[in-house]
Amino acid sequence: MGKLSKRVAIVGAGMSQFGQLFPLKRNPDLWVDAWVNAVKSVDNGIAPKDVDACYVGNYSSDLFNHQGHLGPQMANLVGLTPKPASRFEGACASSGIALRQAIIAVASGIHDVIAVAGVECMNQLPTSLVTDALATASDALFEYPAGATFPGLYATVASAHFHKYGTTSEDLMRIGIKNHENGAENPFAQMQRTIKQLMQSKLKKLEEQGKDLPNWNDEFDYLRSSSNPMIAYPLRLFDCSLVTDGAACVFVASEETARNFTDTPIWIAGTGQGSAALSIHDRDDLTGFIATREAARQAYEMSGYGPKDMQIAELHDCFTIAELVALEDLDFYEKGKAAQAIKEGETKRDGVRPINTSGGLKSKGHPVGATGAAQAVEIFKQMRGRAERNRQVKFDVERALTHNLGGSGATCVVTIYEK
Amino acid sequence: MAEEKDFTIQNYLEFIQNKKLMGSKCKDCGKLYAPVRKLCTKCNSLNMEWVELSGKGELAAFTSITVGTPYFIDLGYDRNKPYCFSVIKLEEGPMVSAQLVGVDESKPDLIKIGTPVKVKFLENELKGETNIDLGFEPA
Ligand SMILES: CC(C)(COP(=O)(O)OP(=O)(O)OC[C@H]1O[C@@H](n2cnc3c(N)ncnc32)[C@H](O)[C@@H]1OP(=O)(O)O)[C@@H](O)C(=O)NCCC(=O)NCCS
Ligand SMILES: [Zn+2]
Repeated sequence: MGKLSKRVAIVGAGMSQFGQLFPLKRNPDLWVDAWVNAVKSVDNGIAPKDVDACYVGNYSSDLFNHQGHLGPQMANLVGLTPKPASRFEGACASSGIALRQAIIAVASGIHDVIAVAGVECMNQLPTSLVTDALATASDALFEYPAGATFPGLYATVASAHFHKYGTTSEDLMRIGIKNHENGAENPFAQMQRTIKQLMQSKLKKLEEQGKDLPNWNDEFDYLRSSSNPMIAYPLRLFDCSLVTDGAACVFVASEETARNFTDTPIWIAGTGQGSAALSIHDRDDLTGFIATREAARQAYEMSGYGPKDMQIAELHDCFTIAELVALEDLDFYEKGKAAQAIKEGETKRDGVRPINTSGGLKSKGHPVGATGAAQAVEIFKQMRGRAERNRQVKFDVERALTHNLGGSGATCVVTIYEK
Repeated sequence: MAEEKDFTIQNYLEFIQNKKLMGSKCKDCGKLYAPVRKLCTKCNSLNMEWVELSGKGELAAFTSITVGTPYFIDLGYDRNKPYCFSVIKLEEGPMVSAQLVGVDESKPDLIKIGTPVKVKFLENELKGETNIDLGFEPA
């Protein structure tokens, strides 16, 4: 138990543009864009005939687009029908689960190559209905009637963390600032601007309107101002991820076939998945996520590596607090110690262990069901030294990790990659 | 008699409509559940009984929400009038989600985790009907 029966690799990965793209782009358009970019990334080429199945991660096309049954729809668009095509759902961890299931299926020997898709087109609904659709990933029986929104549940976790460990809003702001700095270097990101740049354009706008100019010395002043409205205390607008349309595609291949596609496959060293009660009131610890701890435990055990071996990671920053908590749940830092490490710059692109070089969900965007696959896309690029613009880390990445969290932490998938 | 009711969500919610906070207690291992559960996940027993909870507890975690759910927007909450969502640790052990009232929602930094609270059943009027929602206030 707890081992793959043979080695599995990623041989190609690509994503569509992320953004507020509806109606210019809908799920089929986004997915084909992602597929085309993933195909381009396969060094020796890949064709539909090489692919045995299509695993689609999607949270809620039913609510966002009034469309279910995405498996065959997506498979057909890239020439994969009549092969097996299925959809996997685990809220924001949907394509993390699809990736994991593809890894398991390939390791079992039943398939050699699987195309993993992540797709979500959220902007077909106005924000209020998006919020309502997302809320179905938390507990609809007891939390929702008590007024819980998605930001509200993460804010509640934040309140417990603040209380127990003295974490502050400024600690969270540093996470947003960093992720926007990374996203500014990602041509596929939804918000390719640093918070400083956003602050400067706000100032310019106010100046043009002839309004009194606020006295902002730095990004922190801007983030503390009414330009960054409270959504759910202590989380403000810039603590929240974006509402995004986007897709990602990852090709998973068996040990026997991987080298046909590339001389530099990225191997799966470990995979783990955990769960927790849907309602946060049914969990013992409100300052962290047990599902992450369980997924990480399995993935570390399978890989034989520990947290210290992970050189870069893409963490699920659906809210800034979630990145901070993940750093602790993954044992990158002791409980209550992540904030100080962030302050010292350890998680920046030039820090000791860069986190979310892609810009994360905060700046790259968060098309919920596509996020897990998109995290793997960034790791694939970074490990092969091919991240765009100035985003490539300055050292050779031998081992990396992705952390994909579903809902208010009731599902988590952790994947560990090696060269 | 309360003991005769099945341990369903509907019965739990009906108790709340009648301003009673009830839980289910495992007669085999003593574990207490609120909201109600039919199967004890500690010892796998189905041998449950209804127990009324004191409604006393403390604030375990909370938020003050400015962008709320449709129901709370209908109740009149918005950016200028936020509401508090909270997790309450009951003195008997279980935790429940509920609205926290009797606090200044616009000054959430003054609300302290650990504050003793007591149950307050909230009578919410909407479209001519009165709904009883579970709430808590500082004790
Ligand atoms: C926070 C949130 C409610 C804001 O939505 P909104 O109020 O409808 O925002 P709008 O789309 O009207 O945009 C208003 C402005 O804020 C900006 N903006 C929107 N969301 C933003 C965010 N998360 N961070 C920074 N800026 C944001 C927009 O670019 C826009 O700027 P502009 O006026 O200069 O064009 C929404 O982004 C949200 O729900 N995010 C969380 C998504 C979520 O829960 N995902 C699942 C997590 S598991
Ligand atoms: Zn029991």
